[in-house]
Parts: sequence; structure tokens; C-alpha cells
Amino acid sequence: MARPGAEHRHDLETIDLYINVGPQHPATHGVFRMILTVNGELVEDCEPVLGYMHRGNEKLPENCDYRQAIGYHDRTDYLAQFNTEWTYCLAVEKLMGLEVPERAEYIRVILGELNRVASHLMWAGAFGTDVGFFGTPFMYAFREREVIQDFFEAVTGERMMYNYFRPGGVAWDVPDDFQEHARYVIDHVRRGIDDLDALMTDNEVFLARCRGLSPVTPEQAINWGLSGPMLRACGVKHDLRRAEPYSIYDRFDFEIPVGTEGDVYDRYLVRMEEMRQSLRIVEQALKQMPKNGPIMASGLKRVLRPPPGEVYARTESPRGEYGVYIVSRGGDKPWRHKVRGASFCNLSPLREMVVGNYVADAIIILGSIDIVLCEVDR
Amino acid sequence: MIGNNPWLDGLLRILVIALAIPLSVIVLNYVERKVIGRVQNRLGPMRVGPYGTLQAVADTIKLLTKEDVRPHSADRWTFELAPYVVVVPTVVALVTLPITDDLFVRNLALGLFFILAVSTLSIVGLVMAGWGSDNKYAILGAMRSAAQLISYEIPLVMAAVAVAMVAHTPDGRGTLDLVQIVDGQGRVPYIVWQSLAFFIFVVAALAELYRQPFDIPVAESEVVGGPFVEYSGMRWAMFMMGEYVNLVLLSILASLVFLGGWNWPLGNEVGPALQVPLILIKTSLLILFFMWARAILPRLRIDQLMAYSWQVLLPLAFYQIIVNGLVLVYDWPDVVLGVLSGAGTVTAMFLTYRMVRRPVPVRRPAPVAAGAAREVSV
Repeated sequence: MARPGAEHRHDLETIDLYINVGPQHPATHGVFRMILTVNGELVEDCEPVLGYMHRGNEKLPENCDYRQAIGYHDRTDYLAQFNTEWTYCLAVEKLMGLEVPERAEYIRVILGELNRVASHLMWAGAFGTDVGFFGTPFMYAFREREVIQDFFEAVTGERMMYNYFRPGGVAWDVPDDFQEHARYVIDHVRRGIDDLDALMTDNEVFLARCRGLSPVTPEQAINWGLSGPMLRACGVKHDLRRAEPYSIYDRFDFEIPVGTEGDVYDRYLVRMEEMRQSLRIVEQALKQMPKNGPIMASGLKRVLRPPPGEVYARTESPRGEYGVYIVSRGGDKPWRHKVRGASFCNLSPLREMVVGNYVADAIIILGSIDIVLCEVDR
Repeated sequence: MIGNNPWLDGLLRILVIALAIPLSVIVLNYVERKVIGRVQNRLGPMRVGPYGTLQAVADTIKLLTKEDVRPHSADRWTFELAPYVVVVPTVVALVTLPITDDLFVRNLALGLFFILAVSTLSIVGLVMAGWGSDNKYAILGAMRSAAQLISYEIPLVMAAVAVAMVAHTPDGRGTLDLVQIVDGQGRVPYIVWQSLAFFIFVVAALAELYRQPFDIPVAESEVVGGPFVEYSGMRWAMFMMGEYVNLVLLSILASLVFLGGWNWPLGNEVGPALQVPLILIKTSLLILFFMWARAILPRLRIDQLMAYSWQVLLPLAFYQIIVNGLVLVYDWPDVVLGVLSGAGTVTAMFLTYRMVRRPVPVRRPAPVAAGAAREVSV
């Protein structure tokens, strides 16, 4: 039976057009899939489909020694490896009541902040490609990221899965030219960020595309559980490094950039400014860092056996609040291990942000969230 | 006439054009990759031949030997004919394009009109490709290219009409013959009197060439190559060939109509030995501009593109035409024309500058009704 009022449309029967964006698509940053219902160019509905990258990264550490699990955190968020390792180590240290030596804390801060810069650079490059650049910001960003990668390689011997932090400190001491190398990285990257700035920030077409796109109010952002640059772009001044300073973040002087509109352009600006602030922190840390000293808490056994209990540790990863929840029953393996992924939570309001915009904008909004699919699917 | 033999003469002229097209495509492909590589801080092709000069040849061989894949559900004739429909009009247009006052296959009295009319036909090929591929991305890209071409063909033609109004032979008669248009410019090229028309022409040409910021129909990060998504091998290469031939065509046309062609600043008396380099320099500069724009600009959205065309370029094109008409009717001095047109150019640039920086209307994402999404079917 025809719906009332629908008789006049019988001559032309139309169906919705679904577009699969992903899992194999140049702009989905991994194997994320969006099923877009489009009306011409307008997105009428968006259905995110996750899970193509699921590897059981939360379950696997439950069958591992506490130290073996560090590697899984590298692979959870493969663009912020130090930050994720750090969170896990913080959780274990909290559980065991470990005191981390001062020098190790400084090493962690320097590496973690440089990793934030590297992650944001990667984002800026990929986002530029989403907006439609012919790869120019991508090349600029990767040139600088490569300098940081080289530095990480010199310290840890690895370019991607560092596995360098340990509960109680870091695995081994840094090379002799650590200070000089880090200063070189800072100078180089600072110039590179200025280059990116000159290319993108005031670009007319970039402005036309990003300003006013999917603005989010502070209330919405908090209700949706956003964190990190996504939250700060909406004007909420919340940064775990300031709000509940873990490690030694209370010793550094840095600004927390916030946006006003909460649109895509603000998210971009916040991330660009965060990179500069991170470099400031690294500079201060290099100055304050003790010349020598222990890098590992003393008196640790070969196999860690934390006392029974549960703990939640969270840090400000480049994408937002990255949390690790561990329940211990006293053995050498965590009984329960759970990760709160920042970009997974930031991705959840995707449908609200995308619906009503154009297909081209849906790509940009997805890009502005800065998802890492390994961390979303875990 | 060569050798007083019309047959020999005609064959030689066709040979020059027929050789020039594939050669220019191969050279431009190499130059574009080098130019964009330089902008992006890398070398571009370096491996095949000295400085990678044979890269384009290697690519051509690869494309020639590649399998020509046709999707099972594609509409066979539409799919397979589309590349020819794209290439043939551009080549036909090239036939009447004079390169110097004696280097052309056939000069027409309505040359300008003929070239604009014929080169527009290639849009049919793009729509055929999009429809025949039976692919959602392709049809989206084809619809985009149709909308884009309708929007941009009109300002392009209007800019040409503005020049056609003031174009005259040395003895003062109006003309559409390209050789006479060039000769009529004498010591002062039309860009001085018609700078607004030149601005509109170049922007519209960018759109017609599908280059950044107007590469919307073929957007890699949105519609994955648009109408070309299902093409491979030689058919795909023909689309690319059409694109590059169009690039050459529009660049030569702009340098003929606005930059004084082979005349300015050396004059008509110097002979082909200097005329050919002169037009080559002007064309190359325009082509380099188009390549540079591709390297540094992101992509507009389809509605922004159409708004810019209909709300900015078209009214300004009419303004140029009205100014031309007034100057012609009342016999005002040419200086008035130059000043008024220059004012129009400044206005166009200022409008562009303001348009992207005006306060954005705040459009918050509305709550989407729960359960409106389809059932997940994974």
C-alpha cells in the first residue's frame, strides 16, 4: 500500500545512493569504513564500520609478562609510541609504587613531547592531502618527521616500535650526543613548522574549506567525551599535563592553546600551536636534565609481580586522553588489561559531525579527528 | 606554402601538429613531475636516463603494454569510446591553433570561436566515462565535472568575448581570426587593456583543466580519481593525454589572445626564427603557473567553486563586457579601458581575499535521530 501523499511520485522511483568510503580508500587513514548515504553531494547518513584492524591488543597483554606488554602499546597507537608506552609504564609504576629516577623522567618527557610533534606533523601532512593538496604539506611534514625519527633511532635503535620505556625508568641510557642531537632536531623542526604554517595557515582555499566546518560547542564536546586537540579546539582548556600533572610536567612552563569555534580550522590551529609548545617543553627539559644519574628504579626483580589491586593511569597523548586500566591479582601477568583510546572516543560523534555536510567535507572532518586505526580497533 | 605544392604543404603541417602533441605530452609530464618535485623538496624522477629524462618514455611503454581492464558490469561501448571523445576534440581544436603567423594546419576566420566551441565537447567523454564505468565514485566524479564545466565554460567564453569585442585587424575591422587578433595587438598586448578578462580566463582555464584548486571531479582523496577510476593502460593514458593537450591548448590560446602571441614585444617583422621561441616562452610561463598552482593549492568544494563562478567571475565578466561596449560606443581613449579593467581585477582579488576570511555562519551539528541509520551489515 502506498504511503499517503506519495501518489504523485509513483512515476519516478528513486533509491538512496550508498557510498562505501573505505576500508580501501585513499583518505580513510587505515582501514576505516564509512557508509555514506548521499543525496547528490550531501551526506544524509553516515555509518562508521570499525574492526578491520582488530588484533586483540587489550587481551594479548593479559597473557604476557608485565614487561612484554610494552610492545603491544607501541602497536596500539603507532604514531605516539612513547606516549602509549609511558601510560602503560605509569600504570604499572602506580600499581607497584615505584619511584622513577629523575634522569629517566626527563628522558621520557623529551621523547614523549618530540613524539607529539612527530605525530602532529604526520597529521598535518595527511590532513593537507585530505584537503586536496598535491602532497606538498605531506612532503614538508615528513621531511621534519624524518629528523625526529632519526633522533629516536639514535636513542632506541628503532624507527617505529621503540619499546624503550620500562616500568621504573627507561631501558638503557641515551647516547652521548643526546643534548646536541636534540637541539639540532628542535631547530630543524621549528623551521619546518614555520614552512608548513606559511603554506597552509593563510592559504585562501584552505581557509575556504576548513573555516566553519562542523563546529562543536564545548558542551557537546564534553558530552561526547572528546579529548585532546579536538576538545581544546572547542575552547575547553583541559590538558592532562596541566590538569593532573603526571611525571614532572609541573616543572615546565608552557601554554595550552585553545580554539574558539571548535571547527576544523581551530583543530588545525590548536595542533600547530601544540607542536611549538612541545618544542618549548623539550628545550626546558634539556636545560634542567641532570647530566648523569640512574635511569632505572633500583631493586627491581627480573619478573615484575605487582601486588593485587587495580589502577587507571592516563596521559595526554597527541590524540587526547590515552588511559590504561590494569587489574592485578598478584601474578606476573595482568588479570585484566583495558585501554581507553583517545581517537576511538573522538571518532564516536563522527555521524553527528558529518551528516548534513558535503561528501568532500566528510573526508576533511574525518581527517581532522586524527584517527589512528590501530588504536581505534586495537 | 611549402614547395608550391598544397598537398605537401598540408601533409607537413599536419605532421608537425601530430608529432607535437605526443611529444609535448611526454615532455610536460616530465616537467610537471620535476617542477612539483622541486616545490615539494625532492628531486622528482632521477633514475631512468640522465636526470630522469626518459622516465616519461618508460611510463609510456608501461602504459602501452598494460592490460586494458573493463569491469564486467560496465556499459561496453560507452566505456570504451569515452577516452576518444575526450581526446579528439582537443586535437581538433589544436588543428586551427596558430603557433606563429605561418605555423598552423588551417587558420579559420572564426578561429577563437571554433576552438572554444570544440574543446568544450570533451566533457561528454567524461560523463560517458563516469556513466559507463558503473562505479559510484565515477558517476559522482562525472556529475561533478559536468557541473564544473557548465559553471566555468561561461566565464571563459565571456572573457574571450570581451577580447573579441575590442580585437581588430590593423586596419580597424573587428575579427575572430586568431592570427589577426595577434597582429592587431601591435605594441601593447590585450592584457594591459583587458586584465580582468585575463584573470577570469586563467581561473576558468584552471577549472577546465581540472587542476588544483579545481580538481574536484578527479579528487583523489574524495572520489578516488573520479571518472577515470576504472580505467587502466592506454585508455587511462588517453585521458591524461587529453588533459595535457588541453593544458597546451589553453596556454597557447591565452598567450595568443592576451599576451601578444608571437608579436609582442619584438614586433611582427622578426620572422619565425624569433617568433617560435617567443610564443614558447609565453606558453611555458603559463604552463608553469598552472603547475605551480597544482603544487601549492588545496581543493575547493563543488558548491564553493560554483558560487565563485556564478557570483564573482560571471558578474565581473559582464562588467568587462559592458566597459568594453561603452568604450567602443563612445570612443573613449584606451586608457579608460585599462584603468577600469584593472580596477575590476583588483576588485576580483579583493573579493576573493575577503570571501574566505569573512565571519563564518555558525552551523552546529544537529543531533541526529537515533536509529535512523541502517542496520549494520558486516
